[in-house]
Amino acid sequence: MALLKTEGLTKMFGNFKAVDDINIDVQKGEVYGFIGPNGAGKSTTIRVLLGMLKATNGKASIFGKDVWQDAVEIHKRIAYVPGDVNLWPNLTGGEVIDLFMKLRGGAMNKNRREELIGKFNFDPSKKCRTYSKGNRQKVSLIAAFASDADLYILDEPTSGLDPLMERTFQECVMEARDEGKSVLLSSHILSEVERLCDRVGIIRDGQIIESGSLDELRHLTRTNLNVETKQQITSLDDMKGVHHVERKEQALSLQVDTENLDDVIRHISQFGVVKLESAPPTLEDLFMRHYEGASASGGES
Amino acid sequence: MNQQSFANTGKLVRFILRLDRFRMLIWLLALTFFTLMVPLAFLDLYPSQADRDVMAETMENPAMTAMVGPGDLGNYTVGAMTAHQMLLLTAVVVGLMNILLMNRYTRSEEEDGRRELVRSLPVGKLANLNASFIILSLLNSLLAIITGVGLYALGIDSMGLSGSLLYGLILGVTGLFFAGLTALIAQITENARTVFGFSLALLLIAYLIRAIGDVGHEALSWVSPLGWVTAAEVYSANNWWVLLLLIGGTLLFVALAFYLNAIRDLDAGFLPSRSGKRQASPLLLSPLGLAFRLQRTGIMSWAIAMLLVGVSYGSVMGDLDSFFGSNEMMQQLLASQEGTSFTAQFVSVLMVVVALIGTVSPVMAVLRLNGEEKKDRLDHLLGRAVSRTRLVAGYLVIAVINGFLMLSLAAGGLWLAAASVMEEPFAFGEIYGAGLAYYPAMLVMVGLVVLLIGFVPKVSSVVWLYVFYSFFVLYFGGVFQFPEWVGKLSPFGYIPELPVDEMEWAPVVILIVIAVGLTAVGMLGFNRRDIQG
Repeated sequence: MALLKTEGLTKMFGNFKAVDDINIDVQKGEVYGFIGPNGAGKSTTIRVLLGMLKATNGKASIFGKDVWQDAVEIHKRIAYVPGDVNLWPNLTGGEVIDLFMKLRGGAMNKNRREELIGKFNFDPSKKCRTYSKGNRQKVSLIAAFASDADLYILDEPTSGLDPLMERTFQECVMEARDEGKSVLLSSHILSEVERLCDRVGIIRDGQIIESGSLDELRHLTRTNLNVETKQQITSLDDMKGVHHVERKEQALSLQVDTENLDDVIRHISQFGVVKLESAPPTLEDLFMRHYEGASASGGES
Repeated sequence: MNQQSFANTGKLVRFILRLDRFRMLIWLLALTFFTLMVPLAFLDLYPSQADRDVMAETMENPAMTAMVGPGDLGNYTVGAMTAHQMLLLTAVVVGLMNILLMNRYTRSEEEDGRRELVRSLPVGKLANLNASFIILSLLNSLLAIITGVGLYALGIDSMGLSGSLLYGLILGVTGLFFAGLTALIAQITENARTVFGFSLALLLIAYLIRAIGDVGHEALSWVSPLGWVTAAEVYSANNWWVLLLLIGGTLLFVALAFYLNAIRDLDAGFLPSRSGKRQASPLLLSPLGLAFRLQRTGIMSWAIAMLLVGVSYGSVMGDLDSFFGSNEMMQQLLASQEGTSFTAQFVSVLMVVVALIGTVSPVMAVLRLNGEEKKDRLDHLLGRAVSRTRLVAGYLVIAVINGFLMLSLAAGGLWLAAASVMEEPFAFGEIYGAGLAYYPAMLVMVGLVVLLIGFVPKVSSVVWLYVFYSFFVLYFGGVFQFPEWVGKLSPFGYIPELPVDEMEWAPVVILIVIAVGLTAVGMLGFNRRDIQG
């Protein structure tokens, strides 16, 4: 069942198409990664989903309700963490956490609040003006994970966190998923997405250019190979599906399109394989492939 | 404190000048302009010594003394009048300027992390503080010279060279005194807001202490640096030695500030930073509660100010009839009518002024919504189970109660003070009703702000122009003989001027309907538009 679904979602600012015909869906119990560089339209999409911005065209629904019409009803069951958390300088972190939890409605889970404050190593008695970016994000994260939401919408939630806190965050996400909650995670930290997400959508210039599970995405792309052979491999460069061949003495590294993998391995094996390493492409490889050459046309941020 | 501590001060001085030249220029121009305008205006308003003596009589009451300090009422020349009515208040404003600027160059810089960047360069530990002092010394010296020489250049008989220079120097040195005080506090506390709050509080306490002293306990006035300002008796006794007191105090503060700056860490202070609440009080936990909490200090300060405005206007009501009877300019301002006392007319004009000052607070209360939106903080609320209508309603409730409170305090204060000085005082209902009659017009302004925020949030602060327009046409309407429709462009122009006019209910009802309409349409707009961010 899709908890969140958009169909042809489009948002214009004047003549500028910030979000262009986006179709995504987040299923119950899954973590959906929404990746793309700054200015690609991630935050705009999320703000439409939250009912802050009115879609110019298309439909978006959460829990089967319209995100614009039924915003308040929807928000009772979601938790949102913005990337840039601007807080009130003269309230303390603890006050803001309570305020956020209360405004969402539902029961205030004091134990969960204290547990998270401990986990994130956060001091709630300081005024918000003294918090660093990471600490402001903690306020928002603690309020979100202390609430009993069905869907978490997280917009670059870890850009100011240190590696330890980043791990705590990942644990919170995994815990939520294990409880059958859904998460929409927008990020440009690809290792994080790779680790947490079941499916991803890659956005560029307001359009989704690729989406699916990581396995599916990998299938569309190349495998990295490192080979060492007894004899020098010949006529490799002319083979179909072979890219980026680099020779280092006896060793050779290359990328192979997934559909040509069989042919290439057969060819290589004629030369007496001493060592063969293969690695799936990282998300970064996938991502870079989509962006290489595209930056010239899509650099509005 | 070695030589290195001051390295590159000169470059920092030039840097601050470059950053803030316009800010400083505007302060300088505004202060000079008002200082030089007032004696000219007095010369116009009270051309003969007889006029001025009547004025002196009006000033001879405890409330005025508390407000502006003692004056040479026995020999009330234009010079004595200027020094009496203007010097203390101008010195307070100069003090405020120095507090704002010194805090801006010291603790604000440090808190925002810019000082750290500068300090990582070959810049001395004390260079920033040193540069800030040099800048403010320059600014205050310029102010002293320009106002001093300027006042003398007006060529008014009672304003001699010695007195004029003393007037300017008092302003400049008082400024430096508060610059020094602020620099010292900026070393002690850790954040700029507290520095401002503390320094301003000390400025106001200094003002209050001398107010109490001047009214009855003369010795007390000597505790306050602002008491020294009036003790200079500019344009009569010209006591130059009070400058020494102010300079001595300044040097003490400066030396302490340098010492503390030298021994402390960057970003640190000397007060343990107080822990705040770990948990929110239940009162905070709603959009309304949050909106109130954010504006609490501002509303309370404004409320006290309104009460003081009311009380100080009320306190001069005692001998107004004799005063106005002899002053042509004032008669024009009040557009004399047969059959009503001057005092009653004065009340009716005052009420417009009071109502418009009171309008500032509720208008600010609603505009705060726009301020929150600009800072991307509305997403926190609207991203949770808070509807837009509930959000706006929170700010609206505060504005509506706020406006009522402001009018009540000012009118109540005015009645109370007037009743204590008049032989035949007004009935409470008469004064309170005259003030409250403006409430519907105030609500129209509030509704207008909601409308602007609903449709054109980026320009919502143009409402201030409308408030200012209303003030201008209604206050000066009589003097400039504006045609009637000019006043009718403001909602305040439709309110019957009690207690002179008869009460009319039609405009009141219509204005309330308009206010509700504007608000409803504005809310509709806010519900339909994108939230900026």
